[in-house]
Amino acid sequence: MVSREKGAAALTAQSTLAIEASGLVKVFGKTRAVDGVDLAVRRGSVYGVLGPNGAGKTTTIRMLATLLRPDAGSARVLGHDIVTEADAVRGLVSLTGQLASVDEDLTGRENLVLLARLLGLRRVEAKARATELLEAFGLADAAGRLVKHYSGGMRRRLDIAASIVVTPELMFLDEPTTGLDPRSRNQVWDIIRTLVAGGTTILLCTQYLDEADQLADGIAVIDHGKVIAEGTPGQLKASVGSGALHVRLLDPEQRPDAERVLTRELAGVHLEPDPAALSASCADPDRAAQAVAELSRSGIRIADFSLGQPSLDEVFLALTGHPAEPDAVAEEAAAGEEQAA
Amino acid sequence: MSTETTPTRSAPAADEAALRKALASTSRPPRASAVSATLTFGWRGMLKVKHVPEQLLDVTITPVMFVLMFTYLFGGAIAGSTGDYLDYILPGILVMSVLFTTVYSGVALNTDLTKGVVDRFRSLPVWRPAPLVGSLLGDSVRYLLAGTVIVVLGVILGFRPEAGLGGVLAALALVVVFAFGLSWVFTTLGLLLRSPNAVMNAGFMGIFPLTFLSNVFVEPETLPAGLEAFVDVNPISILATASRGLMEGTAEVADIAIVLGTAAALTAVFAPLTVRLYRRV
Repeated sequence: MVSREKGAAALTAQSTLAIEASGLVKVFGKTRAVDGVDLAVRRGSVYGVLGPNGAGKTTTIRMLATLLRPDAGSARVLGHDIVTEADAVRGLVSLTGQLASVDEDLTGRENLVLLARLLGLRRVEAKARATELLEAFGLADAAGRLVKHYSGGMRRRLDIAASIVVTPELMFLDEPTTGLDPRSRNQVWDIIRTLVAGGTTILLCTQYLDEADQLADGIAVIDHGKVIAEGTPGQLKASVGSGALHVRLLDPEQRPDAERVLTRELAGVHLEPDPAALSASCADPDRAAQAVAELSRSGIRIADFSLGQPSLDEVFLALTGHPAEPDAVAEEAAAGEEQAA
Repeated sequence: MSTETTPTRSAPAADEAALRKALASTSRPPRASAVSATLTFGWRGMLKVKHVPEQLLDVTITPVMFVLMFTYLFGGAIAGSTGDYLDYILPGILVMSVLFTTVYSGVALNTDLTKGVVDRFRSLPVWRPAPLVGSLLGDSVRYLLAGTVIVVLGVILGFRPEAGLGGVLAALALVVVFAFGLSWVFTTLGLLLRSPNAVMNAGFMGIFPLTFLSNVFVEPETLPAGLEAFVDVNPISILATASRGLMEGTAEVADIAIVLGTAAALTAVFAPLTVRLYRRV
């Protein structure tokens, strides 16, 4: 009896984790693209892997999706080893790569029918499924058009639709909103939320901090192939310390003045990528209100302001000592290494 | 502050209720068999012929120009009359046009690779070589079309082969089988090189001289001895000779055997190589 209970307990422990990776390593030439990554992702959660370009996110995802063999370490996806049971893993997961991996020379409908047939649906079922997905993803009108004429947002939606032709238990999403306009980005986010509500586990790689903040239950921050921090978005923010006052100005030219005022009133003033926005460390709402009042007294016109926890941008800066800006050179170098390998 | 998000929410991106239903409504079907997956990839190749006919035109326009130019410019000088030369050159050009098309198998694979489509195919639970074998089967239809264009042009210009339709079909079949074998060389190249253009350039750098240094255009007797020796053993010459033979009803079994043997050898070496590279990209 005891042993059976133990067995059941072990099974439960195993089945609560969708991904368990330990010490994953991948080396391309001299670059250690992934340098000992450990991950534990609960079933039914959205887990964000956050890091700048070239940090090793894509390589990690490609190993977990059985596209690359790790040089060291091991991982189990939905209970199956990614090397010795790769085929079983492939039967349960789907991958939405960084490039919208749909066939541009086919129509949207043909892309979905193709995948449905490859996944084992019969011809009639495949057609019905394609129609159902095209409608669900707002692509019914474009179904007969070649994908090369699709917009970036439509292409990405088709890509995600292609990934759920057979509802996967685990979905890898590699930078699903890179290059999309804000509107398409919100659409993709809504789709991801619906997927999660339906019970799919999602591993989301992103270089956008607000994306991880919006969607993920847990986040691993990764830099130079290593996990440098892990936790919920709230925990990560708390680890950096106090909250912040975020201010956006009507006139970006007034930002230097605003910076002076805030430096005087508060501390830790940080200029945001948005040329009209800046933030300052501040945990006390009264002092924040005072600072805002001081800004308007100085003739600085404010578009909006908010008092909140630090952004993940600040978290990243605090953790790595460098901002999470897209680093095109590093990415190209990494991509080159991968091609060469 | 919330004004920014209002318009984006109202956009008809994805119908949430429909999406929920779509997610809930599938149970996992039994896996596609190796044959079914391969044929599905072949279907994809044929769809491409339908949607991107330019690619087929690209490779048939050159041979069509060659037929016209060589027949009417050089035909008289080379063979005494344009009609005699057409009988000689048409099976050769058939070989050339189909073999040129094989380069595109490598180009297409490299395009899939650079666009990320390969990643999706490789993450599917299907027989691993299915995308490759299926694409080449689809491409064989393309080879058949390229060959048919040349034969039809020939007939319009007055080409009347002795062995009739049966001979033409046999020649076409032989050329397509050889092309299937040869295309594995280009798929290997397609997985080794970085861009579709690089594959195209390298492919034609190989296939162009090999085609010209064969008996496609002229009888090798007129060539310098060293060159003649090369042309005689060039598999493309043997393929052209066998095709002529089949169309004229004078084919030699030995030639056909060499052609089929070469195709089998190319497949035996380069198909496993392609599959291995494909697993690792």
